Amino acid sequence: MTPEETKAFEAKIQAYVGRELGAPKRGKDDVNKAMIRHWAEVMGDENPVYTDETFAAKSSKGGLIAPPTMLQIWSMEGYPMCQTPAMDLQRELHNVFDAHGFSGVLGTNTNTEYVRDLRPDDQVFAHTVIDKISEQKATSRGVGYFIETLTKFTDQNGEEIGRQVFRVLKFIPKAGEEPAAASGDAGAPAVPTRLASPRGHDNAWWWEAVDQGKLPIQRCKRCKTLRHPPRPMCGECQSTEWDSIESKLEGEILSFTQMHYPKFPGYPYPLICAVIKLGEGTNLVANLVGCEPEAIKIGMKVKGKVEQVDAKTWLPQFYLA
Amino acid sequence: MNLNTLKYSQVAIGDKLPELKIDITSGLIIGAAIASRDFTPVHHDKKVAQATGLPDVFMNILTSNGFMGRFITDWAGPDCTLKGIDIKLGAPNLPGFVMAVTGEVKAKDDASGVVSVAVEGVNNVWGTHMTGTVRVALPKEA
Repeated sequence: MTPEETKAFEAKIQAYVGRELGAPKRGKDDVNKAMIRHWAEVMGDENPVYTDETFAAKSSKGGLIAPPTMLQIWSMEGYPMCQTPAMDLQRELHNVFDAHGFSGVLGTNTNTEYVRDLRPDDQVFAHTVIDKISEQKATSRGVGYFIETLTKFTDQNGEEIGRQVFRVLKFIPKAGEEPAAASGDAGAPAVPTRLASPRGHDNAWWWEAVDQGKLPIQRCKRCKTLRHPPRPMCGECQSTEWDSIESKLEGEILSFTQMHYPKFPGYPYPLICAVIKLGEGTNLVANLVGCEPEAIKIGMKVKGKVEQVDAKTWLPQFYLA
Repeated sequence: MNLNTLKYSQVAIGDKLPELKIDITSGLIIGAAIASRDFTPVHHDKKVAQATGLPDVFMNILTSNGFMGRFITDWAGPDCTLKGIDIKLGAPNLPGFVMAVTGEVKAKDDASGVVSVAVEGVNNVWGTHMTGTVRVALPKEA
């Protein structure tokens, strides 16, 4: 779209803001035990106040209630929404987006207040207003706009039973991703593992020893100075001749940090990275595991183990001694 | 599911809730979309989901919101009352993923007996699926 076209499009969509979808609309089904059971069953929700009449009658609820999170369900359109959806104002607005290439739709947030528990035979009326449309945003799913609708839910007596802000993203699906998806049944994306250890000319030997469950420390053959991480020349005497010793994996915490955000798939959280001063004298960056982050203090003694942490990776990890 | 409803006084700010792990399957995604009467095709039709750039059908927001609620009521017990849920979705939940839901008590309102719990659901492939806050009223000491 040219800037002028975008401006015209935005004027068109903003004209919907503040408009109501119509009079409060009664849900196709009143609150009922069958739909409650179907929902509780698939959600694995064993709360007896939803499905066990005897239990519910004796509980503080005084009888069966619907899961509060079903509030919106009572007003859903149902199967027609994927066939010939009823033309209401919201659909009309979505069609305007679709016509301009914003064909993707994604629910991104809801804010829901539950005013009272619903019981079988309660009637649910929904009254929706198109409340806000954002500026154009670049999101990870594509360029689009957030549409916010505000729904008030009332019962057969006109009393409020809840309200909900529902935010959807209408976006242009990223073209680059479609060929990959269209190529078919690649199956679910693989469970991520940690980043592969970087194995170069000077340090591959060290990682190979770790793969065998050992923690080596490089040693200068001439002056016997230990060094880590592995490198080709001794910093003390400049010899390039070296061998290694095996660490006893005992040391103390020189420093540590806790990684919070963003979370990397494939890594366990809480994720603590520490600088460990090994008994042999060199420092090593490694994870501290098996303890609450709050328990960790600089100077604490630690004991390490070389362990397999995922399908491809062995690492020295340290535990509070 | 805890059948002995927690009393308001038994809960403290900083309490961590027992983790809930959910195996996400096509059956769960589609079954819950249908049980929530959400027939948007991306939640039951793989080809339509793929046309939007994802490899498979993905969980709808009503289901994620439902798991927020179940996570809280499983912990708090049958006499609690859900008062509200704010949920924000991140990475989608797809078949084959496992979502771990965790939570921590963040606030207590003595006047109303309402406890606010910060909830996070993280899947093992793409990371954070949902974050939010659930408000739940707990009975005061009898």
